[in-house]
Amino acid sequence: MYCRIAIFRIVALCLFFSSPLVRADVNTGIAELDTIFTDFYEGKGSVRTEALDTLAAMPREDTRELLQGILDGDLMFHRPSDTIVWAVKDGREFTMTSLDRSADLGRDGSRKVKRLKLNNSVRAYIRQLIAGLGLYSSNATERLAAIEALIDTPAAIEQATLDELLSAEQDQTVLHALQSLLTRKQLSSDDPTIRVTAVKALRTDLSSESRAAITRVALDDEDTDVRDAATSVQQYHEQQVKIYGRAETVFFGLSLGSVLVLAAIGLAISFGVMGVINMAHGELIMLGAYCAWAMQQLMPQSIAAALVVSIPIAFIVTGLVGIIIERTVIRFLYGRPLETLLATFGISLILQQLVRTFVSPQNVPVANPEFMSGVLHINGVFSLTLNRLYILAFCLLVFAALVILLKYSRFGLEVRAVSQNRAMARAMGVRSARIDSLTFGLGAGVAGIAGVALSQLTNVGPNLGQAYIVDSFMVVVFGGVGNLWGTLISGMTLGIANKLMEPWAGAILAKILVLVFLIMFIQKRPRGLFPQRGRAVES
Amino acid sequence: MRAGKSRLSTLLFISAVVTLLVTVTTLNQLPAGHELHVGNFMVSLLGKYLTYAILAVAVDLVWGYLGILSLGHAAFFALGGYAMGMYLMRQIGDRGVYGNPDLPDFMVFLNWTELPWYWMGFDSFAFTALMILLVPGLLAFVFGWFAFRSRVNGVYLSIITQAMTYALMLAFFRNEMGFGGNNGLTDFKDLLGFDLRSDDVRLGLFIASGVALIFVYLLCDSILRSRLGKVAIAIRDAEDRTRFLGYRVERVKLALFTLSAMIAGLAGALYVPQVGIINPGEFSPLNSIEVVVWVAIGGRGTLYGAVIGALGVNYAKTWFTGAYPEAWLFALGLLFVLVTLALPKGIAGLRWFPSQGKKEGGT
Amino acid sequence: MTLTSRFKLSLLAAASLGLTSVSLHAQEDTIKVGVLHSLSGTMAISETTLKDTMLMLIDQQNANGGLLGKQLEAVVVDPASDWPLFAEKARELIEQEGVAATFGAWTSVSRKSVLPVFEELNSLLFYPVQYEGEESSKNVFYTGAAPNQQAIPAVDYLTNEIGVERWVLAGTDYVYPRTTNKILEAYLQANGVASEDIMINYTPFGHADWQSIVSDIKSFGSEGKKTAVVSTVNGDANVPFYKELGNQGVSAEDIPVIAFSVGEEELSGFDTEPLVGHLAAWNYFMSVDAEANDEFIENWLEFIGDDARVTNDPMEAHYIGFNMWVKAVEKAGTTDPSAVQDAIIGVSVPNLTGGYSAMMPNHHITKPVLIGEIQDDGQFEVVWETPGLVAGDAWSDFLESSKDLISDWRAPLSCGNYNVSTGVCSGQTL
Repeated sequence: MYCRIAIFRIVALCLFFSSPLVRADVNTGIAELDTIFTDFYEGKGSVRTEALDTLAAMPREDTRELLQGILDGDLMFHRPSDTIVWAVKDGREFTMTSLDRSADLGRDGSRKVKRLKLNNSVRAYIRQLIAGLGLYSSNATERLAAIEALIDTPAAIEQATLDELLSAEQDQTVLHALQSLLTRKQLSSDDPTIRVTAVKALRTDLSSESRAAITRVALDDEDTDVRDAATSVQQYHEQQVKIYGRAETVFFGLSLGSVLVLAAIGLAISFGVMGVINMAHGELIMLGAYCAWAMQQLMPQSIAAALVVSIPIAFIVTGLVGIIIERTVIRFLYGRPLETLLATFGISLILQQLVRTFVSPQNVPVANPEFMSGVLHINGVFSLTLNRLYILAFCLLVFAALVILLKYSRFGLEVRAVSQNRAMARAMGVRSARIDSLTFGLGAGVAGIAGVALSQLTNVGPNLGQAYIVDSFMVVVFGGVGNLWGTLISGMTLGIANKLMEPWAGAILAKILVLVFLIMFIQKRPRGLFPQRGRAVES
Repeated sequence: MRAGKSRLSTLLFISAVVTLLVTVTTLNQLPAGHELHVGNFMVSLLGKYLTYAILAVAVDLVWGYLGILSLGHAAFFALGGYAMGMYLMRQIGDRGVYGNPDLPDFMVFLNWTELPWYWMGFDSFAFTALMILLVPGLLAFVFGWFAFRSRVNGVYLSIITQAMTYALMLAFFRNEMGFGGNNGLTDFKDLLGFDLRSDDVRLGLFIASGVALIFVYLLCDSILRSRLGKVAIAIRDAEDRTRFLGYRVERVKLALFTLSAMIAGLAGALYVPQVGIINPGEFSPLNSIEVVVWVAIGGRGTLYGAVIGALGVNYAKTWFTGAYPEAWLFALGLLFVLVTLALPKGIAGLRWFPSQGKKEGGT
Repeated sequence: MTLTSRFKLSLLAAASLGLTSVSLHAQEDTIKVGVLHSLSGTMAISETTLKDTMLMLIDQQNANGGLLGKQLEAVVVDPASDWPLFAEKARELIEQEGVAATFGAWTSVSRKSVLPVFEELNSLLFYPVQYEGEESSKNVFYTGAAPNQQAIPAVDYLTNEIGVERWVLAGTDYVYPRTTNKILEAYLQANGVASEDIMINYTPFGHADWQSIVSDIKSFGSEGKKTAVVSTVNGDANVPFYKELGNQGVSAEDIPVIAFSVGEEELSGFDTEPLVGHLAAWNYFMSVDAEANDEFIENWLEFIGDDARVTNDPMEAHYIGFNMWVKAVEKAGTTDPSAVQDAIIGVSVPNLTGGYSAMMPNHHITKPVLIGEIQDDGQFEVVWETPGLVAGDAWSDFLESSKDLISDWRAPLSCGNYNVSTGVCSGQTL
């Protein structure tokens, strides 16, 4: 509600002050500013918003800057001098300058300088005020923000102003936004034909605001033609929403599937190719995630770069851990898969406790880089979250790299030779012990990169691995041991199945049903979707 | 000669358990200040260990003698425990916090108006006793029926048993299931009319656990010395060869797997009144792996090995989590690795049975 | 022969090992205080800090001359996030170690697990975490918040200050969220919120894939009315939840999330950037401006030796609970549990928000309720607080099954769940 009032006022103010597009250049009223800020600092509810209104309406050049300063927490209250100052944190103290930036006020300790209290509604109110001030800004982004803030209250802006803006606007995006604002305004025009045109124009706009506006018109408009037009558009919208809802579910399924595949694919190598049941696989994923954290700690200034760098680092670190595990434990246990299970379970406990002891039993924060946050906007009802999209792509990339490596490289050939017939491979001069280490290291390294990807989605803590180990085994077994394609298809299938069932069964039941399905499937086809064939298959 | 040894070890085992029971009972009667007094805390603790030992025997029966590595035995244990827990909940009657005579507190709280059908009958101890064996047995039977018929074995079997216990855990966590959700069943009052909090009942449960252990041990021992047991070992060592010789491998597996599940259920039922709570955490896949580890450390393929493993590891756990909580997982982890590498036959395999047969070698 | 004796030996060894730990009698010149918090397993994340808090409080008390002229001695055990083990360790503390009082437990199930032990052996437990209510035991003191000290004021704030009209109640599927949501649902409906404006959702522990649920929340919130999420999502599931909210572009200004289980300690494991503006309701925030708080934080940072550590609400609860116990023991002149039980009712000690908290006859305490908004530095900014103190209510007035129940442990009633309409005191084990 606040926002709408704010917009009304601002638009009125803008019209008043800015018709000549130049605002009075008078920086008077420091005393006035003081009362405003006192009201804002000490007041509650409407007193504060009125103070903000007064501030926004002041004929000062730096109104916008001041509002932004409140929003960002750069303006603070200095207790000893009882004034509002610009404060910049410097170690445990703050450096302060006066409100009009004219005087340097020295430094003071952090407990003497208080933040101005903000809450969500005040934050939103200030943003609206800033946006309102931006309608005539020279910066296109600011104009766009101002228009978007107005989109739900088109009545707040006069037709004449809108026309004026439309004729002056050069930027295409802003122009487009202005036109949709115009369309929205036309919905409440006096002329039914204009209203019908406006309704039809909104057919392609699936945003929730547009849908809500159409629904309102379909219910309330006094003219039958307008209502009919609106009803037909409304039906079209509903149909579209349904279709895109399904598309969204499939995307959710694929992205859950990509997480499962990433988590399982390292296991598909060590379990599928080598027959080792690596219960420490989850902990290798966890180590990978900690690599992402460690790199961010080392490069706090460039989170994105740290994340990219942590991919090879995680591969190398967990790969080395894998090789050490293979050399010290697993090589003594080949041919006894159930015993590798026990030994690696022991290793998993040790790795967990190592992290607890030497890092922290607490979770550690891993930040999302800028390029991974946000959404890929397809239309009003359907948008893909960027980080999921990246992870899906990353998963396919890792998968492709592994397939190519195993199929076309010398190393891949040797791996396959050893896994199919160890004795023959040795006879042909393949150093099987070395291949074993490297294969296990590869599986571990891939687990490490999976960990980097997971660090973007979930907790990074000592228990991270346990959450994925059971699922990973299910994916590998369902897909068919020893078959990378099987792992990919099984992971994606399980992801989509889970997401398709979630809406009607709930998250928990969906997961149980998937597990029950898996158990029954294995009874039917004990070797999974894509069983290994041939003599090499163990009896 | 083997049979002679086995009989001897059985005798020794029984006398050791009886000695333990008698000693603890006697020492428990001493006045509290006495140096040798065994407190009620210790009695309950030992009682709990004994139920773990029964569970370990159940796992050893299928793993050590039949070659089925079940990662789902915690599920059978927990089901037995839940059956017992349901009986104990019914015994609370109107002494619950909401004073409802018909419904346990958590159902009152969920606004349920009547007892779900699957709670019917649990106010009778005889029915409960039957269910304690029947529910895990039936689950194992159905599960095994399908799995063994389609020749799911080895690692695959292990993993689907794990999936089974995982699915059950998730299911029991759901409040709608009617088993109390995450909190499970707790705040029990009495068993067969005896106050669970009295010292004598506690001692009685401890003795009952010991007797049950002896009974289970004798049962397994006699089965293993019978023809059935011999076929089981043959299946473990060479399943296909046994099948080609005309034995119905599936039936043997199914019979022993079901029996093993029932034993696990019995262990669970004895466990619950002694610890006073059963909740879905007992289904956790980690618990099943832990049981396997007791057996591996104690020595699979020897029943007393399983018992030694269960008692030893659990005692170590109690001691470590008291003295060096941080070091416990390191110690346990190292123990796994070392035992698998250096002592594939566990503690029991230290001297007595110098490498049994030629089972190793690759696939 | 070697064979037989060896075998016998190993069994006897196993048995006798069990016995050695039996009889360590308490030294007479100290008063033992039990600390029952998980130091390993899934709950170690939260509980380790509370163990350290207790050690610090006991240290300080000793430095100030101990209690009744004796030194206090902390007995720390590790129940390893294993619920049956909680009961076992509680028994060990009381029977073996002879502790005078125990401070511990975190999850509801761990409290339910130890409760019969404390009642049977008549010992005292101070439970420091916000919980679902619907319980009052003679032997337990609830120093965390009851639902009316956290959930209801939070909803009041959102309704009155933010103008929220549609509600998503999202929680992990266990008893605390279930109870809280039931109470809130009844409360909201009593305040005229239509049932189609309330969406309730439960997820399993550690739920990691929030895509569908966040998408549902988004469409639920896009129907014109101001919407808020009341989150009782537990521990580990929070990070993926908030990350998904951020990713799908749900900001705190569109749909604020108010959480009851996210405090400073949990935030230290988050990347707080996308969380700014989301809310939490507690009885204490580290950022609270009070002298007692400054001193506490200083002591804590010094004790733990790490400037980056934070303080949180359950720590304050232990601070209050411990001081109450100390004061009650001084008042009673003995650590005898029955005497302390009588003495502690009415005891009032300073809390860390600049006021006093008192122990009520229902074994709950009075607390202020604060609403804080998450800031980018991982701290909370208090945006609202209750005008006065709120007394904890063991039995919710908004639940059909408990609205007639009251709890009063003073003579002559001495009952934890007394039904005022039937005059019956039920569910008591004594």
